[in-house]
Amino acid sequence: MIPRTNTTRRGVLALAAAGAAISLLPVPATAQLSAGAQAAVDRVRNNRTAQEGRITLRAPPIAENGNTVPIAVSVESPMTAADHVARIHVFADKNPTPDVATFHLTPACGRAQLDTRIRLGQTQDLIVLAEMSDGSLFMTRAEVKVTIGGCGG
Amino acid sequence: MRKVAVVGFGIAALMAAVALAQVAPPPPQRAIPDPVSGRQFATPETLAIQDDDFLNPAFLWVEEGEEAWNRVEGTAGQSCASCHNDARETMRGVRARMPAYHPRLQRVVTLEQQVNICRTERMGAPALPIDSRPLNAITTYIALQSRGMPVNVDISGPARPFFDAGERFYNTRRGQLDMRCGSCHEDNYGRYLRADLLSQGMSNGFPTYRLKEQRVISLQFRLQGCVNDVRGEAPPMGGEEFTNLEFYLAWRAQGLPVESPSVRR
Amino acid sequence: MAAPIGQPRVRLPAQVRAGEIIEIRTLISHVMETGQRRDQAGAVIPRDIIRRFEAKFEGETVFAMDLAPAISANPYIAFPFKAERPGRFEFTWTNDAGESRSATQDLRLA
Repeated sequence: MIPRTNTTRRGVLALAAAGAAISLLPVPATAQLSAGAQAAVDRVRNNRTAQEGRITLRAPPIAENGNTVPIAVSVESPMTAADHVARIHVFADKNPTPDVATFHLTPACGRAQLDTRIRLGQTQDLIVLAEMSDGSLFMTRAEVKVTIGGCGG
Repeated sequence: MRKVAVVGFGIAALMAAVALAQVAPPPPQRAIPDPVSGRQFATPETLAIQDDDFLNPAFLWVEEGEEAWNRVEGTAGQSCASCHNDARETMRGVRARMPAYHPRLQRVVTLEQQVNICRTERMGAPALPIDSRPLNAITTYIALQSRGMPVNVDISGPARPFFDAGERFYNTRRGQLDMRCGSCHEDNYGRYLRADLLSQGMSNGFPTYRLKEQRVISLQFRLQGCVNDVRGEAPPMGGEEFTNLEFYLAWRAQGLPVESPSVRR
Repeated sequence: MAAPIGQPRVRLPAQVRAGEIIEIRTLISHVMETGQRRDQAGAVIPRDIIRRFEAKFEGETVFAMDLAPAISANPYIAFPFKAERPGRFEFTWTNDAGESRSATQDLRLA
Protein backbone atom coordinates (compact mmCIF):
# COMPACT_ATOMS: atom_id res chain seq x y z
CA MET A 1 0.00 0.00 0.00
CA ILE A 2 3.00 2.26 0.27
CA PRO A 3 4.59 3.94 -2.74
CA ARG A 4 7.91 2.48 -3.70
CA THR A 5 10.39 5.07 -2.54
CA ASN A 6 11.23 5.49 1.13
CA THR A 7 11.21 9.24 1.31
CA THR A 8 7.70 10.00 0.19
CA ARG A 9 6.13 13.38 0.57
CA ARG A 10 3.60 11.79 2.84
CA GLY A 11 6.37 10.35 4.94
CA VAL A 12 8.08 13.69 5.33
CA LEU A 13 4.87 15.47 6.19
CA ALA A 14 3.87 12.74 8.63
CA LEU A 15 6.95 13.70 10.60
CA ALA A 16 5.81 17.29 10.70
CA ALA A 17 2.25 16.85 11.90
CA ALA A 18 -0.53 14.34 11.78
CA GLY A 19 -3.34 15.39 9.51
CA ALA A 20 -3.62 18.82 8.03
CA ALA A 21 -1.39 21.81 7.50
CA ILE A 22 1.46 22.68 9.79
CA SER A 23 2.18 26.03 11.38
CA LEU A 24 4.87 27.70 9.35
CA LEU A 25 8.00 29.03 10.95
CA PRO A 26 8.12 32.79 10.59
CA VAL A 27 10.67 34.28 8.26
CA PRO A 28 12.87 37.07 9.65
CA ALA A 29 11.11 40.36 9.10
CA THR A 30 14.28 41.96 7.80
CA ALA A 31 14.36 39.96 4.56
CA GLN A 32 13.33 42.23 1.72
CA LEU A 33 9.87 42.07 0.24
CA SER A 34 9.04 42.76 -3.38
CA ALA A 35 8.25 46.38 -4.13
CA GLY A 36 4.57 45.65 -4.58
CA ALA A 37 4.26 43.68 -1.37
CA GLN A 38 6.23 46.27 0.59
CA ALA A 39 3.99 49.04 -0.69
CA ALA A 40 0.90 47.04 0.27
CA VAL A 41 2.28 46.37 3.75
CA ASP A 42 3.23 50.03 4.19
CA ARG A 43 -0.26 51.11 3.22
CA VAL A 44 -1.72 48.96 5.97
CA ARG A 45 0.96 49.94 8.47
CA ASN A 46 0.32 53.63 7.88
CA ASN A 47 3.47 54.52 9.84
CA ARG A 48 2.63 52.19 12.71
CA THR A 49 5.17 49.67 13.99
CA ALA A 50 4.18 46.09 13.30
CA GLN A 51 4.86 43.86 16.30
CA GLU A 52 5.72 40.18 16.12
CA GLY A 53 3.64 37.44 17.63
CA ARG A 54 0.00 36.57 18.18
CA ILE A 55 -0.58 35.44 14.60
CA THR A 56 -0.49 31.78 13.60
CA LEU A 57 -0.47 31.03 9.89
CA ARG A 58 -1.15 27.47 8.84
CA ALA A 59 -0.46 26.36 5.28
CA PRO A 60 1.06 23.34 3.60
CA PRO A 61 4.85 23.66 3.55
CA ILE A 62 4.73 22.41 -0.02
CA ALA A 63 1.61 23.21 -2.01
CA GLU A 64 0.57 20.29 -4.17
CA ASN A 65 -0.83 22.75 -6.67
CA GLY A 66 -0.42 26.50 -6.56
CA ASN A 67 -3.99 27.02 -7.73
CA THR A 68 -5.56 25.85 -4.51
CA VAL A 69 -3.50 26.33 -1.37
CA PRO A 70 -5.51 25.98 1.84
CA ILE A 71 -4.51 28.50 4.51
CA ALA A 72 -5.73 29.14 8.03
CA VAL A 73 -5.00 32.25 10.07
CA SER A 74 -5.65 32.66 13.77
CA VAL A 75 -4.81 35.60 16.02
CA GLU A 76 -4.71 35.53 19.81
CA SER A 77 -7.36 37.95 21.01
CA PRO A 78 -10.21 38.00 23.54
CA MET A 79 -12.45 39.35 20.78
CA THR A 80 -14.37 41.60 23.15
CA ALA A 81 -15.83 44.94 22.17
CA ALA A 82 -12.91 46.63 23.89
CA ASP A 83 -10.19 44.36 22.54
CA HIS A 84 -10.59 42.51 19.29
CA VAL A 85 -9.02 41.95 15.90
CA ALA A 86 -10.59 44.41 13.47
CA ARG A 87 -8.93 43.37 10.23
CA ILE A 88 -6.60 40.70 8.95
CA HIS A 89 -4.69 41.34 5.71
CA VAL A 90 -2.99 38.64 3.70
CA PHE A 91 -0.42 39.45 1.03
CA ALA A 92 1.64 37.27 -1.27
CA ASP A 93 5.14 38.52 -1.92
CA LYS A 94 5.65 37.27 -5.48
CA ASN A 95 2.20 36.99 -6.99
CA PRO A 96 1.40 39.27 -9.95
CA THR A 97 -0.40 41.49 -7.44
CA PRO A 98 0.27 41.18 -3.72
CA ASP A 99 -3.29 41.42 -2.40
CA VAL A 100 -4.80 38.13 -1.36
CA ALA A 101 -7.61 39.13 0.97
CA THR A 102 -8.71 41.41 3.76
CA PHE A 103 -10.89 39.97 6.47
CA HIS A 104 -13.14 42.15 8.62
CA LEU A 105 -13.92 40.65 12.00
CA THR A 106 -16.20 41.70 14.83
CA PRO A 107 -16.53 40.61 18.46
CA ALA A 108 -19.47 38.47 17.31
CA CYS A 109 -16.89 36.13 15.80
CA GLY A 110 -15.84 35.03 19.26
CA ARG A 111 -12.42 34.03 17.93
CA ALA A 112 -10.06 35.54 15.39
CA GLN A 113 -9.71 32.72 12.93
CA LEU A 114 -10.35 32.08 9.28
CA ASP A 115 -9.82 29.48 6.58
CA THR A 116 -9.70 29.94 2.86
CA ARG A 117 -7.95 28.69 -0.28
CA ILE A 118 -5.58 30.87 -2.24
CA ARG A 119 -3.55 30.92 -5.43
CA LEU A 120 0.20 31.18 -5.32
CA GLY A 121 2.10 31.57 -8.56
CA GLN A 122 5.43 30.42 -7.19
CA THR A 123 7.30 29.68 -3.98
CA GLN A 124 7.01 32.85 -1.91
CA ASP A 125 6.31 34.43 1.43
CA LEU A 126 2.84 35.02 2.73
CA ILE A 127 2.57 38.14 4.86
CA VAL A 128 -0.22 38.47 7.40
CA LEU A 129 -1.04 41.71 9.22
CA ALA A 130 -3.57 41.92 12.03
CA GLU A 131 -5.03 45.28 12.99
CA MET A 132 -6.42 45.46 16.52
CA SER A 133 -9.34 47.55 17.70
CA ASP A 134 -6.92 49.75 19.66
CA GLY A 135 -4.92 50.51 16.53
CA SER A 136 -1.99 48.24 17.33
CA LEU A 137 -0.60 46.10 14.56
CA PHE A 138 0.89 42.62 14.40
CA MET A 139 2.63 40.95 11.49
CA THR A 140 4.00 37.58 10.49
CA ARG A 141 5.51 36.15 7.40
CA ALA A 142 6.20 32.60 6.24
CA GLU A 143 7.25 30.79 3.11
CA VAL A 144 5.06 28.40 1.16
CA LYS A 145 6.79 26.28 -1.44
CA VAL A 146 4.94 25.96 -4.71
CA THR A 147 6.28 23.36 -7.06
CA ILE A 148 6.13 22.97 -10.77
CA GLY A 149 4.65 19.59 -11.40
CA GLY A 150 6.24 17.16 -13.76
CA CYS A 151 3.07 16.27 -15.59
CA GLY A 152 2.52 19.57 -17.33
CA GLY A 153 2.44 21.51 -14.05
CA MET B 1 6.45 -46.18 -36.90
CA ARG B 2 7.15 -44.34 -33.65
CA LYS B 3 8.19 -41.21 -35.50
CA VAL B 4 4.81 -41.01 -37.22
CA ALA B 5 3.03 -41.53 -33.91
CA VAL B 6 5.06 -38.76 -32.28
CA VAL B 7 4.31 -36.39 -35.14
CA GLY B 8 0.65 -37.40 -35.00
CA PHE B 9 0.55 -36.73 -31.28
CA GLY B 10 2.27 -33.42 -31.86
CA ILE B 11 -0.28 -32.34 -34.43
CA ALA B 12 -3.14 -33.43 -32.21
CA ALA B 13 -1.71 -31.45 -29.30
CA LEU B 14 -1.32 -28.41 -31.49
CA MET B 15 -4.85 -28.68 -32.71
CA ALA B 16 -6.11 -29.05 -29.16
CA ALA B 17 -4.19 -25.96 -28.11
CA VAL B 18 -5.60 -24.00 -31.02
CA ALA B 19 -9.08 -25.19 -30.20
CA LEU B 20 -8.66 -24.11 -26.57
CA ALA B 21 -7.36 -20.75 -27.66
CA GLN B 22 -10.43 -20.16 -29.74
CA VAL B 23 -12.73 -21.05 -26.86
CA ALA B 24 -11.46 -18.29 -24.56
CA PRO B 25 -8.40 -16.06 -24.62
CA PRO B 26 -6.17 -16.43 -21.58
CA PRO B 27 -7.10 -14.07 -18.73
CA PRO B 28 -4.72 -11.13 -18.82
CA GLN B 29 -2.31 -10.58 -15.95
CA ARG B 30 -2.09 -7.15 -14.40
CA ALA B 31 1.33 -5.56 -14.22
CA ILE B 32 0.27 -4.23 -10.81
CA PRO B 33 -1.71 -7.06 -9.20
CA ASP B 34 -2.49 -5.12 -6.00
CA PRO B 35 -3.18 -1.59 -7.20
CA VAL B 36 -3.10 1.45 -4.99
CA SER B 37 -5.42 4.41 -5.41
CA GLY B 38 -4.15 7.84 -6.39
CA ARG B 39 -5.10 9.08 -2.94
CA GLN B 40 -2.04 7.32 -1.53
CA PHE B 41 0.09 9.66 -3.59
CA ALA B 42 -1.68 12.87 -2.57
CA THR B 43 -0.71 15.26 0.21
CA PRO B 44 -2.68 15.32 3.47
CA GLU B 45 -4.04 18.78 2.58
CA THR B 46 -5.49 17.52 -0.69
CA LEU B 47 -6.99 14.49 1.02
CA ALA B 48 -8.52 16.73 3.68
CA ILE B 49 -10.41 18.51 0.91
CA GLN B 50 -11.50 15.24 -0.69
CA ASP B 51 -12.62 13.54 2.49
CA ASP B 52 -15.06 16.26 3.47
CA ASP B 53 -18.17 16.43 1.29
CA PHE B 54 -18.58 20.08 2.13
CA LEU B 55 -15.00 21.13 1.46
CA ASN B 56 -14.84 19.08 -1.74
CA PRO B 57 -15.69 21.53 -4.57
CA ALA B 58 -16.79 18.59 -6.74
CA PHE B 59 -20.00 18.55 -4.75
CA LEU B 60 -20.97 21.75 -6.51
CA TRP B 61 -21.02 19.58 -9.63
CA VAL B 62 -22.92 16.87 -7.79
CA GLU B 63 -25.63 19.38 -6.93
CA GLU B 64 -25.81 20.57 -10.52
CA GLY B 65 -25.94 16.97 -11.67
CA GLU B 66 -28.79 16.20 -9.33
CA GLU B 67 -30.74 19.17 -10.68
CA ALA B 68 -30.06 18.05 -14.25
CA TRP B 69 -31.15 14.53 -13.37
CA ASN B 70 -34.55 15.81 -12.36
CA ARG B 71 -34.94 18.38 -15.11
CA VAL B 72 -37.15 17.64 -18.13
CA GLU B 73 -35.22 18.14 -21.33
CA GLY B 74 -35.75 17.31 -24.98
CA THR B 75 -38.64 16.58 -27.28
CA ALA B 76 -39.85 13.54 -25.37
CA GLY B 77 -40.64 15.65 -22.30
CA GLN B 78 -38.64 13.38 -20.02
CA SER B 79 -35.95 13.78 -17.42
CA CYS B 80 -33.41 11.14 -16.37
CA ALA B 81 -35.65 10.58 -13.36
CA SER B 82 -38.64 9.78 -15.60
CA CYS B 83 -37.09 6.40 -16.39
CA HIS B 84 -34.48 5.99 -13.70
CA ASN B 85 -36.35 7.41 -10.71
CA ASP B 86 -34.12 8.01 -7.71
CA ALA B 87 -30.49 7.83 -8.80
CA ARG B 88 -29.41 6.96 -5.29
CA GLU B 89 -31.05 3.58 -5.84
CA THR B 90 -31.01 2.99 -9.56
CA MET B 91 -27.53 4.29 -10.30
CA ARG B 92 -25.93 2.42 -7.44
CA GLY B 93 -23.03 0.42 -8.85
CA VAL B 94 -23.32 1.82 -12.38
CA ARG B 95 -20.09 3.79 -12.45
CA ALA B 96 -18.31 0.86 -10.80
CA ARG B 97 -18.93 -1.29 -13.88
CA MET B 98 -18.35 1.30 -16.57
CA PRO B 99 -17.13 1.28 -19.30
CA ALA B 100 -19.25 -1.67 -20.41
CA TYR B 101 -20.08 -3.52 -23.59
CA HIS B 102 -23.29 -2.25 -25.19
CA PRO B 103 -24.97 -5.26 -26.86
CA ARG B 104 -27.00 -3.28 -29.39
CA LEU B 105 -24.23 -0.91 -30.43
CA GLN B 106 -21.73 -3.78 -30.27
CA ARG B 107 -19.01 -1.73 -28.74
CA VAL B 108 -17.80 -0.63 -25.32
CA VAL B 109 -19.30 2.64 -24.10
CA THR B 110 -18.25 4.97 -21.29
CA LEU B 111 -20.61 6.50 -18.75
CA GLU B 112 -20.46 9.80 -20.63
CA GLN B 113 -21.41 8.10 -23.87
CA GLN B 114 -24.25 6.21 -22.21
CA VAL B 115 -25.67 9.45 -20.82
CA ASN B 116 -25.66 10.89 -24.32
CA ILE B 117 -27.19 7.72 -25.75
CA CYS B 118 -30.06 8.09 -23.30
CA ARG B 119 -30.40 11.78 -24.07
CA THR B 120 -30.41 11.49 -27.85
CA GLU B 121 -32.33 8.23 -28.22
CA ARG B 122 -34.82 8.42 -25.40
CA MET B 123 -35.14 12.05 -24.37
CA GLY B 124 -34.84 13.70 -27.76
CA ALA B 125 -32.31 15.97 -26.15
CA PRO B 126 -29.01 17.03 -27.74
CA ALA B 127 -25.85 15.21 -26.75
CA LEU B 128 -23.74 17.11 -24.24
CA PRO B 129 -20.18 17.84 -25.37
CA ILE B 130 -17.58 15.55 -23.81
CA ASP B 131 -15.96 17.06 -20.73
CA SER B 132 -18.45 19.92 -20.71
CA ARG B 133 -19.67 21.14 -17.35
CA PRO B 134 -23.24 19.86 -17.74
CA LEU B 135 -22.04 16.40 -18.75
CA ASN B 136 -19.43 16.26 -15.99
CA ALA B 137 -22.10 17.31 -13.51
CA ILE B 138 -24.35 14.40 -14.46
CA THR B 139 -21.54 11.83 -14.52
CA THR B 140 -20.19 13.07 -11.19
CA TYR B 141 -23.65 12.75 -9.67
CA ILE B 142 -24.00 9.24 -11.05
CA ALA B 143 -20.46 8.28 -10.05
CA LEU B 144 -21.10 9.37 -6.48
CA GLN B 145 -23.75 6.65 -6.23
CA SER B 146 -20.99 4.05 -6.62
CA ARG B 147 -18.65 5.61 -4.08
CA GLY B 148 -16.96 2.96 -2.00
CA MET B 149 -17.97 0.10 -4.29
CA PRO B 150 -15.20 -1.88 -5.97
CA VAL B 151 -14.44 -1.20 -9.61
CA ASN B 152 -15.76 -4.23 -11.46
CA VAL B 153 -15.74 -4.09 -15.25
CA ASP B 154 -16.46 -7.09 -17.45
CA ILE B 155 -13.83 -7.58 -20.13
CA SER B 156 -15.00 -11.04 -21.19
CA GLY B 157 -16.67 -12.20 -24.38
CA PRO B 158 -17.47 -9.51 -26.95
CA ALA B 159 -15.84 -6.85 -24.78
CA ARG B 160 -12.45 -8.48 -24.98
CA PRO B 161 -11.26 -7.04 -28.32
CA PHE B 162 -11.90 -3.51 -27.03
CA PHE B 163 -9.96 -4.31 -23.88
CA ASP B 164 -7.11 -5.63 -26.03
CA ALA B 165 -7.12 -2.46 -28.10
CA GLY B 166 -6.94 -0.40 -24.93
CA GLU B 167 -4.08 -2.50 -23.62
CA ARG B 168 -2.20 -2.01 -26.87
CA PHE B 169 -2.67 1.74 -26.64
CA TYR B 170 -1.43 1.72 -23.05
CA ASN B 171 1.73 -0.13 -24.01
CA THR B 172 2.53 1.77 -27.20
CA ARG B 173 5.30 4.32 -26.92
CA ARG B 174 4.24 7.67 -28.27
CA GLY B 175 5.13 11.29 -28.52
CA GLN B 176 8.38 13.14 -28.79
CA LEU B 177 9.36 11.73 -25.40
CA ASP B 178 8.63 8.24 -26.74
CA MET B 179 6.96 6.99 -23.60
CA ARG B 180 4.13 4.57 -22.94
CA CYS B 181 1.61 5.09 -20.14
CA GLY B 182 3.43 2.47 -18.13
CA SER B 183 6.72 4.36 -18.39
CA CYS B 184 5.45 6.58 -15.60
CA HIS B 185 2.61 4.66 -14.03
CA GLU B 186 4.10 1.17 -13.93
CA ASP B 187 7.85 1.64 -14.09
CA ASN B 188 8.14 4.74 -11.94
CA TYR B 189 5.20 5.15 -9.59
CA GLY B 190 6.32 6.38 -6.19
CA ARG B 191 9.14 8.36 -7.77
CA TYR B 192 9.21 12.06 -8.41
CA LEU B 193 8.88 13.61 -11.82
CA ARG B 194 10.15 17.08 -10.97
CA ALA B 195 7.93 17.75 -7.96
CA ASP B 196 5.06 15.46 -8.93
CA LEU B 197 4.86 12.19 -7.06
CA LEU B 198 3.89 9.69 -9.76
CA SER B 199 0.86 7.56 -9.00
CA GLN B 200 -0.08 4.22 -10.52
CA GLY B 201 -2.52 6.04 -12.78
CA MET B 202 -5.59 4.34 -11.37
CA SER B 203 -8.86 5.76 -12.64
CA ASN B 204 -11.07 4.87 -9.68
CA GLY B 205 -11.26 8.51 -8.58
CA PHE B 206 -12.63 9.95 -11.79
CA PRO B 207 -14.47 12.22 -12.40
CA THR B 208 -12.19 14.22 -10.18
CA TYR B 209 -11.83 17.82 -9.06
CA ARG B 210 -8.43 18.72 -10.40
CA LEU B 211 -6.76 21.46 -8.39
CA LYS B 212 -4.77 22.51 -11.42
CA GLU B 213 -7.88 23.02 -13.55
CA GLN B 214 -10.02 24.15 -10.61
CA ARG B 215 -12.93 22.16 -11.93
CA VAL B 216 -14.21 18.62 -12.22
CA ILE B 217 -12.57 16.88 -15.14
CA SER B 218 -13.43 13.65 -16.90
CA LEU B 219 -10.87 10.87 -17.22
CA GLN B 220 -10.47 11.43 -20.94
CA PHE B 221 -9.57 15.06 -20.37
CA ARG B 222 -6.69 13.86 -18.22
CA LEU B 223 -5.73 11.24 -20.80
CA GLN B 224 -5.41 14.00 -23.37
CA GLY B 225 -3.19 15.82 -20.92
CA CYS B 226 -1.01 12.74 -20.46
CA VAL B 227 -0.47 12.34 -24.19
CA ASN B 228 0.27 16.05 -24.50
CA ASP B 229 2.75 15.74 -21.65
CA VAL B 230 4.83 13.25 -23.60
CA ARG B 231 4.55 15.68 -26.52
CA GLY B 232 2.33 13.42 -28.52
CA GLU B 233 -0.80 14.16 -30.48
CA ALA B 234 -3.76 13.32 -28.33
CA PRO B 235 -6.66 11.49 -29.94
CA PRO B 236 -10.05 13.17 -29.45
CA MET B 237 -11.98 12.75 -26.23
CA GLY B 238 -14.97 10.50 -26.72
CA GLY B 239 -13.31 8.71 -29.61
CA GLU B 240 -12.60 5.02 -30.03
CA GLU B 241 -8.99 5.03 -28.83
CA PHE B 242 -9.65 6.77 -25.54
CA THR B 243 -12.81 4.79 -24.96
CA ASN B 244 -10.88 1.55 -25.29
CA LEU B 245 -8.08 2.94 -23.14
CA GLU B 246 -10.56 3.97 -20.47
CA PHE B 247 -11.92 0.42 -20.53
CA TYR B 248 -8.44 -1.00 -20.08
CA LEU B 249 -7.69 1.47 -17.28
CA ALA B 250 -10.84 0.46 -15.44
CA TRP B 251 -9.71 -3.16 -15.50
CA ARG B 252 -6.29 -2.06 -14.20
CA ALA B 253 -8.09 -0.54 -11.24
CA GLN B 254 -10.35 -3.56 -10.73
CA GLY B 255 -11.11 -4.02 -7.06
CA LEU B 256 -10.21 -0.50 -5.97
CA PRO B 257 -13.09 1.36 -4.36
CA VAL B 258 -14.73 4.01 -6.49
CA GLU B 259 -13.58 7.31 -5.04
CA SER B 260 -15.44 9.72 -7.25
CA PRO B 261 -15.64 12.54 -6.78
CA SER B 262 -12.06 12.66 -5.65
CA VAL B 263 -9.69 15.63 -5.47
CA ARG B 264 -6.41 15.35 -7.28
CA ARG B 265 -3.68 17.87 -7.97
CA MET C 1 -21.45 39.49 -19.32
CA ALA C 2 -20.07 38.54 -15.94
CA ALA C 3 -19.36 34.93 -15.06
CA PRO C 4 -22.27 33.34 -13.23
CA ILE C 5 -22.20 33.34 -9.45
CA GLY C 6 -23.10 29.75 -8.80
CA GLN C 7 -25.03 28.05 -6.09
CA PRO C 8 -23.67 28.84 -2.63
CA ARG C 9 -23.32 26.18 0.06
CA VAL C 10 -23.37 27.07 3.71
CA ARG C 11 -22.77 24.76 6.64
CA LEU C 12 -23.80 25.62 10.17
CA PRO C 13 -23.43 22.96 12.82
CA ALA C 14 -26.67 21.38 14.02
CA GLN C 15 -26.68 21.17 17.81
CA VAL C 16 -25.41 24.53 18.99
CA ARG C 17 -25.36 25.54 22.65
CA ALA C 18 -25.72 29.16 23.69
CA GLY C 19 -22.30 30.73 24.09
CA GLU C 20 -20.59 28.17 21.89
CA ILE C 21 -18.20 29.41 19.19
CA ILE C 22 -19.10 27.59 16.01
CA GLU C 23 -17.40 27.40 12.64
CA ILE C 24 -19.42 28.58 9.66
CA ARG C 25 -18.25 27.18 6.37
CA THR C 26 -19.17 28.49 2.96
CA LEU C 27 -18.40 27.44 -0.58
CA ILE C 28 -19.60 29.03 -3.76
CA SER C 29 -19.19 28.08 -7.38
CA HIS C 30 -17.29 30.80 -9.24
CA VAL C 31 -14.47 30.77 -11.76
CA MET C 32 -12.57 33.68 -10.12
CA GLU C 33 -10.99 34.79 -13.39
CA THR C 34 -7.77 36.50 -12.42
CA GLY C 35 -7.23 38.78 -15.37
CA GLN C 36 -3.82 37.19 -15.90
CA ARG C 37 -4.84 34.49 -18.34
CA ARG C 38 -4.87 34.75 -22.10
CA ASP C 39 -7.22 33.08 -24.54
CA GLN C 40 -6.27 31.10 -27.65
CA ALA C 41 -5.89 34.28 -29.67
CA GLY C 42 -3.55 35.80 -27.08
CA ALA C 43 -6.00 38.37 -25.75
CA VAL C 44 -6.19 38.84 -21.99
CA ILE C 45 -9.26 37.28 -20.40
CA PRO C 46 -10.61 40.10 -18.27
CA ARG C 47 -10.70 39.85 -14.50
CA ASP C 48 -14.04 38.67 -13.15
CA ILE C 49 -14.08 37.70 -9.52
CA ILE C 50 -16.22 37.67 -6.44
CA ARG C 51 -14.72 40.63 -4.65
CA ARG C 52 -16.72 40.71 -1.42
CA PHE C 53 -18.29 38.25 0.97
CA GLU C 54 -20.48 39.41 3.81
CA ALA C 55 -22.08 37.53 6.65
CA LYS C 56 -24.91 39.27 8.49
CA PHE C 57 -26.64 37.96 11.57
CA GLU C 58 -30.03 39.46 12.26
CA GLY C 59 -29.20 42.29 9.89
CA GLU C 60 -25.79 43.17 11.34
CA THR C 61 -22.52 42.40 9.58
CA VAL C 62 -20.51 40.02 11.74
CA PHE C 63 -17.81 39.01 9.26
CA ALA C 64 -16.73 40.21 5.85
CA MET C 65 -13.98 39.47 3.39
CA ASP C 66 -12.55 41.45 0.50
CA LEU C 67 -11.35 38.93 -2.07
CA ALA C 68 -8.58 39.47 -4.60
CA PRO C 69 -7.86 37.36 -7.72
CA ALA C 70 -5.47 35.36 -5.54
CA ILE C 71 -8.43 33.59 -3.96
CA SER C 72 -8.92 30.18 -5.59
CA ALA C 73 -11.83 29.37 -7.86
CA ASN C 74 -14.92 28.10 -6.06
CA PRO C 75 -14.04 30.23 -3.03
CA TYR C 76 -14.06 28.50 0.31
CA ILE C 77 -14.44 30.79 3.32
CA ALA C 78 -14.78 29.58 6.91
CA PHE C 79 -15.02 31.81 9.94
CA PRO C 80 -16.07 31.56 13.60
CA PHE C 81 -19.21 32.89 15.23
CA LYS C 82 -20.21 33.08 18.85
CA ALA C 83 -23.75 31.76 19.07
CA GLU C 84 -25.52 33.76 21.75
CA ARG C 85 -29.07 33.72 20.50
CA PRO C 86 -31.00 32.10 17.67
CA GLY C 87 -31.52 34.10 14.51
CA ARG C 88 -31.15 34.36 10.79
CA PHE C 89 -27.92 34.54 8.86
CA GLU C 90 -27.66 36.17 5.48
CA PHE C 91 -24.56 35.53 3.39
CA THR C 92 -23.89 37.63 0.31
CA TRP C 93 -21.31 37.24 -2.41
CA THR C 94 -20.75 40.23 -4.73
CA ASN C 95 -18.75 40.22 -7.97
CA ASP C 96 -16.76 42.88 -9.80
CA ALA C 97 -19.85 43.92 -11.74
CA GLY C 98 -21.73 44.59 -8.53
CA GLU C 99 -24.04 41.61 -8.98
CA SER C 100 -24.67 39.59 -5.88
CA ARG C 101 -26.12 36.33 -4.71
CA SER C 102 -27.33 35.57 -1.21
CA ALA C 103 -28.12 32.59 0.93
CA THR C 104 -29.94 32.59 4.22
CA GLN C 105 -29.77 30.10 7.00
CA ASP C 106 -31.29 30.00 10.44
CA LEU C 107 -29.23 29.41 13.53
CA ARG C 108 -31.09 27.33 16.06
CA LEU C 109 -29.87 26.80 19.58
CA ALA C 110 -30.13 23.42 21.25
